[in-house]
Amino acid sequence: MPMLEVKNLGISFGGLRAVDDFNLTIEKGELYGLIGPNGAGKTTVFNMLTGVYKPTDGKIFLDGEDMTGKSTVELNKEGIARTFQNIRLFSDLSVLDNVKAALHNQKEYMYSTLTGILRLPSFYRLEKAMDERAMELLEVFGLEKEAHYKASNLPYGKQRELEIVRAMATNPKLLLLDEPAAGMNPNETQGLMDTIRFVRDKFDMTILLIEHDMKLVAGICERLTVLNFGQILAAGGTAEVLKDPKVITAYLGE
Amino acid sequence: MKKMSKRARSNLITYGIVILAYVVCEIVKGTGNMSSLMQGLLVPLCVYAILAVSLNLTVGILGELSLGHAGFMCVGAFASATFTKCMEQAIPIPTVRFILAVLIGVVCAGICGVLIGIPVLRLRGDYLAIVTLAFGEIIKNLVNAIYLGVDSRGFHFSMKDTLSLGLEEDGEIIIKGAQGITGAPSDSTFTLGIILLLITLFIVLNLIHSRTGRAIMAIRDNRIAAESIGINITKYKIMAFSISAALAGAAGVLYAHNLSTLTALPKNFGYNMSITILVFVVLGGIGSIRGSMISAVVLTMLPELLRSLDEYRMLIYAVVLIVAMIFTWSPAAIGLRERYSPAKLLGKKEKEVQ
Repeated sequence: MPMLEVKNLGISFGGLRAVDDFNLTIEKGELYGLIGPNGAGKTTVFNMLTGVYKPTDGKIFLDGEDMTGKSTVELNKEGIARTFQNIRLFSDLSVLDNVKAALHNQKEYMYSTLTGILRLPSFYRLEKAMDERAMELLEVFGLEKEAHYKASNLPYGKQRELEIVRAMATNPKLLLLDEPAAGMNPNETQGLMDTIRFVRDKFDMTILLIEHDMKLVAGICERLTVLNFGQILAAGGTAEVLKDPKVITAYLGE
Repeated sequence: MKKMSKRARSNLITYGIVILAYVVCEIVKGTGNMSSLMQGLLVPLCVYAILAVSLNLTVGILGELSLGHAGFMCVGAFASATFTKCMEQAIPIPTVRFILAVLIGVVCAGICGVLIGIPVLRLRGDYLAIVTLAFGEIIKNLVNAIYLGVDSRGFHFSMKDTLSLGLEEDGEIIIKGAQGITGAPSDSTFTLGIILLLITLFIVLNLIHSRTGRAIMAIRDNRIAAESIGINITKYKIMAFSISAALAGAAGVLYAHNLSTLTALPKNFGYNMSITILVFVVLGGIGSIRGSMISAVVLTMLPELLRSLDEYRMLIYAVVLIVAMIFTWSPAAIGLRERYSPAKLLGKKEKEVQ
């Protein structure tokens, strides 16, 4: 059974058909890429997968279960986490608290509001456990030294990485990365590629990423889907898709 | 615990300031050096400090502008004063009566907070502010129209006038419309006020630095991202709003039991009061609990201390407010403060020596 199966997904905004007849199958543990020119509808697909938009047509299955029409919060609890193209950190919270906020729904760290106010012993125990877990996740991206910085004071590249850490903290089955390398220099992109691969292997995650950087896509994605004007232009193994004349035309023009 | 966290230390300082202020006031009062004016101000100071701290939970931590805070205070005040007036004979010990009154005021204001929060928190920003303003006024005007009496047959309630209550000979009117509640025992004391303030601080500070507080602040900083990590927006917004309302109710209880006659006037429960509380919060620093408490105390004392200046009093108050606002929030002033802060000046000298 595939981890994620999307069937004939489509959405219209008024008269505009933003995404049409979108199909996608991702196996467990896969690193899958979704590419396409600006305005092709990639982020719209992400927004449908995470419940921000309700699709007009089609179905979404996660591990064989129908997820269509569920809310963002429910979908996150079911195991879909994401990052954003325009960074959306909790800017006034510390780096550590950004990650701890994302541990909110993890059963092993839950305590009631009253426990928190009364500072019962379990509060101290669970907060300590949360600190440890959050630090462990921050270490994956080498952010442990900045743990007590305000999130908005991090340099740009690290803010992007913190978004990934925050999404990972919700312990998802499927991680959606929206242009993780946007605005990064080639060195940072290389580092990011290694980390994404490492995350997939170590945390046993399935990753779907949107990306413009062809080097990153060619370097880590096993399979690709190319979207253009809301429709699938090509899909399949990375090497073949990138050689497809239709894809080259869509990217470079006639 | 060898190394105390910065947060824990900061919280301790806040509690310390309150306790120190209490001790100093008690000593000055005990040695007979406090004017009767100041003595009369002690309980109101606690009331305003509690109000400022509780509003900061909505404005600073939840990040929503509420202009109806005095409405919740009004609910707490009237609910508890009604209780105390009915129970004056039944519970003779003032402290016990007061504690029960606080519980009733807090619960009633909290319930109002939930009921109002459910429709209001669907809105954001300016719209939310206007609607809370309206709700605050509605509460005040409703309270002004309530007639409540008790006789041997039980409670009688009317929204018209005293006659329509249909009380028997032995009946007693508890709430008399716009004339409010008269003759409820004045159970508030400075000590009880300080204890309530400490409890409020304890609840708010502990709430902020917990799982719930992080969720609330995450919603404030980025609602979409908070949703994406599975935080239930509605639940936590209503929770923060109603806790803030409940604590305002506690302030109302303290306020009501400091007066012999409790009436709902624009001055004490209208939007003027809501805005005064908001001024405390903004001046003290949005999100800074200690700051809002201190600014509530300073801004409440200021007009009283300037009383000798008669009509210039409010003018000076206004000027002080403007100057303080500029000094606290204007970017240029912040830069200036940083450049000439004592720590920085000392640090610079050391560097120059090298």
